Amino acid sequence: MSTVKSHRKVVTKLSLWAVGMFGFALFVMPPLYDLFCEITGIGIRPAERYEAAPVAVDYSREVSVTFAATNNEQMPWAFRPMDSKVVVHPGERYEVKFYAKNLTENDMVGQAIPSLVPFSAGDYFHKTECFCFNNQPLAAGEEVEMALVFVVDPELPSSIKSLVMSYTLFDVTPVAADTVAQLQ
Amino acid sequence: MAHGPAKGIGRWLFTTNHKDIGTLYLWFSFAMFLLGGFFAMVIRAELFQPGMQLIRPEFFNQMTTMHGVIMVFGAIMPAFVGLANWMIPLMIGAPDMALPRMNNLSFWILPFAFLTLASTLFMEGGAPNFGWTFYAPLSTKYAPESVNYFIFSMHIMGASSIMGSINIIATIMNMRAPGMTYMKMPLFVWTWLITAFLLVAVMPVLAGAVTMMLMDINFGTSFFDAAGGGDPVLFQHIFWFFGHPEVYIIILPAFGVVSAIIPAFSRKPLFGYASMVYATAAIAFLSFIVWAHHMFTVGMPIAGELYFMYATMLIAVPTGVKVFNWVTTMYKGALTFETPMLFCIAFVILFTFGGFTGLMLSVAAADIQYHDSYFVVAHFHYVMVAGAVFSGTAAVYYWLPKWCGKMYNETMGQVQFWIAFIGFNITFMPQHFLGLAGMPRRYADYGLQFADWNMVSSIGAFMYGAAQLLFLYNVIATIRNGKPVSDNKVWEGAEGLEWEVPTPAPYHTFATPPQIK
Ligand SMILES: [Cu+2]
Repeated sequence: MSTVKSHRKVVTKLSLWAVGMFGFALFVMPPLYDLFCEITGIGIRPAERYEAAPVAVDYSREVSVTFAATNNEQMPWAFRPMDSKVVVHPGERYEVKFYAKNLTENDMVGQAIPSLVPFSAGDYFHKTECFCFNNQPLAAGEEVEMALVFVVDPELPSSIKSLVMSYTLFDVTPVAADTVAQLQ
Repeated sequence: MAHGPAKGIGRWLFTTNHKDIGTLYLWFSFAMFLLGGFFAMVIRAELFQPGMQLIRPEFFNQMTTMHGVIMVFGAIMPAFVGLANWMIPLMIGAPDMALPRMNNLSFWILPFAFLTLASTLFMEGGAPNFGWTFYAPLSTKYAPESVNYFIFSMHIMGASSIMGSINIIATIMNMRAPGMTYMKMPLFVWTWLITAFLLVAVMPVLAGAVTMMLMDINFGTSFFDAAGGGDPVLFQHIFWFFGHPEVYIIILPAFGVVSAIIPAFSRKPLFGYASMVYATAAIAFLSFIVWAHHMFTVGMPIAGELYFMYATMLIAVPTGVKVFNWVTTMYKGALTFETPMLFCIAFVILFTFGGFTGLMLSVAAADIQYHDSYFVVAHFHYVMVAGAVFSGTAAVYYWLPKWCGKMYNETMGQVQFWIAFIGFNITFMPQHFLGLAGMPRRYADYGLQFADWNMVSSIGAFMYGAAQLLFLYNVIATIRNGKPVSDNKVWEGAEGLEWEVPTPAPYHTFATPPQIK
């Protein structure tokens, strides 16, 4: 009968559509979202090294920068900023230190992921050196002081008076297995 | 034509008859409605007074989650699928649904989905407690163990809905009686056709979202985990890409029901049939491009906020066309106020009210104040309960005499209507005030300044709950010993093919297709 045939056509088309929408949700939406965030500049930026160009220091202005350190819940290290807050002049280079200690009995590798608040200051906080550019291997019980060198851009909008730079430390030992091997 | 239904339980287990399956869907959805309603009663009993009285906060969170999930996926959606099964073949002059065996399957997997979901209440760690919108990371990193069962039951429900929709589309496209052109189809058939397309488009997206959750929880991916490079906000985008069309999936068939009943009791044809069809299609299209109006507070760029705000406001235009047409249908009609008509008039008034609060919420700047407050709870209950549930009740009263050949008790129906109407408004009107005064949703307790209106709201909720028991009693009493009706046309003003078959509707109808003039 012809209706059976046309049923089969409808069912095939709609099933393919349903499968297609499932694939769309799983494989297209997440990359599309990342792309959107990249274009509009929302979310986490990749850590990028800034080549310092000499600029005039603006001594008339002060900006406070607060540092925060958090552990991802799977990360057992001790991790904290050694200066929790500094007041800086835009254009001047500053160095601050973070402390980390591997409290476990295993050799591990950590990776810090930076995040800056407010988001709109993202283009004006320059890191010329940062422990977040590389992962940080620590042998069992080892401790380290890690440096962050930064410049606040004098172009920073005048409405922004304080910044919060926070780092989250992740355990990346499984994916950085060769670095662990070098420790031995 | 020769044989009737099989005997015993086998009739229901193996049935491929659209009327049997419609009945199964309707009873199942009513059972879920009572269960979800019971959870709502627990919520309102706890919120009767400030402080913790009856349950623990963790359990309260499980109650709000289960109430939402069961009402949306277990009560409202299957109720309209049940109506579709019963009425679409009768309305288009088809002998049955296009794919009867798939129809059986799509119903019978549903009880398993909801048994699985309900069983989580007895599991260690408790039932899902992350709200019916199950935002990550609450539903991934911080979820109870039972989340895997939740995901499993979501997958089954989705499969059931997709199969049901494919069946409905195939039936409407291929099985209309000769002469039944698309623009002659009753509006209930039209709204269901469009709803079914929405379902096929977005249920897989929901399945995708829960699949990603499953992988994040069990297989170490990081779709929604910022720690691994994902983003919890992505979950909200995917969820609402499904979720906004979902609210129209719920309400479009309700529009269809109201468009059938109002003309019948106004004794006038529906005003503006073609504009109703186009408005439905326009609403369905717009529903895909407004989802982020649920997310004004996540930190979108201002251009995004503005776009989603204006696009959302645009939906008021086709919706306004519909309300205008219903009111104009009633204008100068010979109106009578039987129970189905009362529920439909209440639908038009209260749904429009809920639409207006929706318009308030669509203002991005104002929404930051209203977001996640009881104002939102009040808004969506005006459109979900006074919208979907009222029209579902109207549909049952309207078609019940045709289904079982017996007339319901009109007085009891009207008493139920007034208790439901008054109880509903006592429950949800004060929640607007609570929300505007700053009471957040989804908390087991509240500040003392919210005490009075919460008590009023709880009293209304118990009233509304009692009305549903009266409904159940009235339906059972009608089926068992209602006054028999034998007229094909149960309601004198009713139009459509379903009123041309004998009353009660025989087990097999339209074995030879009718001719449409
Ligand atoms: Cu929406």
